[in-house]
Amino acid sequence: MSEAMHVKHEIGDEFLASYAGGNMAEAFELVIACHLSLWAPARARYATMEAIGGAVLERESAEMSAGSLEATLARISGGAPIVPEPPRSPECAVLPAPLRNYVGGRLEAVKWRPVGMGVRQAVLPVAKGATARLLSIPGGCEMPDHGHRGLEMTLVLQGAYLDGDERFGRGDVEIADEHLEHKPVAAPGEDCICLAATDAPLRFNALLPRLFQPFLGI
Amino acid sequence: MEARATDQVDWAEAVRRVAAAGDQAAFAALFAHFAPRVKGFLIRSGLSPAMAEDCAQEVMATLWHKAGMFDPSKASVATWVFTIARNRKIDILRKQARPEPEDLPWGPEPEPEQVDRLGLKQDSARLGAALSELPEAQRKLVEAAYFGDLSHGEIAEKTGIPLGTIKSRLRLALEKLRRAMQ
Repeated sequence: MSEAMHVKHEIGDEFLASYAGGNMAEAFELVIACHLSLWAPARARYATMEAIGGAVLERESAEMSAGSLEATLARISGGAPIVPEPPRSPECAVLPAPLRNYVGGRLEAVKWRPVGMGVRQAVLPVAKGATARLLSIPGGCEMPDHGHRGLEMTLVLQGAYLDGDERFGRGDVEIADEHLEHKPVAAPGEDCICLAATDAPLRFNALLPRLFQPFLGI
Repeated sequence: MEARATDQVDWAEAVRRVAAAGDQAAFAALFAHFAPRVKGFLIRSGLSPAMAEDCAQEVMATLWHKAGMFDPSKASVATWVFTIARNRKIDILRKQARPEPEDLPWGPEPEPEQVDRLGLKQDSARLGAALSELPEAQRKLVEAAYFGDLSHGEIAEKTGIPLGTIKSRLRLALEKLRRAMQ
């Protein structure tokens, strides 16, 4: 799996910096955590973004109150050393660990709901501000032509889709905003499974998908 | 906002002493340096001074308890402290942990120079210098990304700079900082 995979569409530094700072909506954090779990080179760039966080911290200063060291030592004497937690969920060839925590297991545990045209989705429980869902699109199936009002991040987990001249395969992330009108088509073959996060409802151009929109919840 | 050069002090050695022997003097030195920085970072991130004080103490207590897990070949102490502070900030502001990437057992072997502690320390010093040398407007954008105090939309509104320009300036600044580490 890892040998065959080659991610061409990595997530940009500006998103990794916000993620490093802990300043993104949970839905987008989930996409980024999964992308980083699948692709080591992006993980190396993320390590640099955390190092920049360290450098930002080094420039700050606010005086601690009197007796704060003693108070901290008192806290320490009440605690115990922290040891790393073992991994919680079993391996899955499709879902990386951060996603398994939301699904409650491997791919088989996903509670899919059909949403028409052979497409299935599962909405994931994340905090308000942005939504996250898993989408399963039959190979060769055209997704509705749509634009965006906000930010949308799509991470491919299985199969691939084509968007214009670009191909998005496992590990690739596509970022779309209000400037992009796109028409993704699942590549022929196995179902394309994606994790999609957005902070605004999608805006479909065709009439039929627009009727579907309330029903899809996207 | 004083930024004393820290490359004279071996903070990784101080953490090792805390882990190995519960060395209170080493901890006191770490505390004197990092606790005010953590508190400053948390205030800039939107916490009240009282909350930031409490949270900074907790971050330093976590440093003590997690000292045995610190890996000096992976990150500087400043970076490690930053991640602990960031996680505490998330706990407080959101009441829920954030999704974390899984470990990559099959990931590429670290470059030899990354394992080299001295190399990492020099990288950190170069990074700090590069951050200081950024034009003010770029540095402010980088800081906003880490503090999360202003969205790009809010910065655009306040400064009148188009959103696209803000995003490309931030990318440019991060690219400069990344190059300083290489």
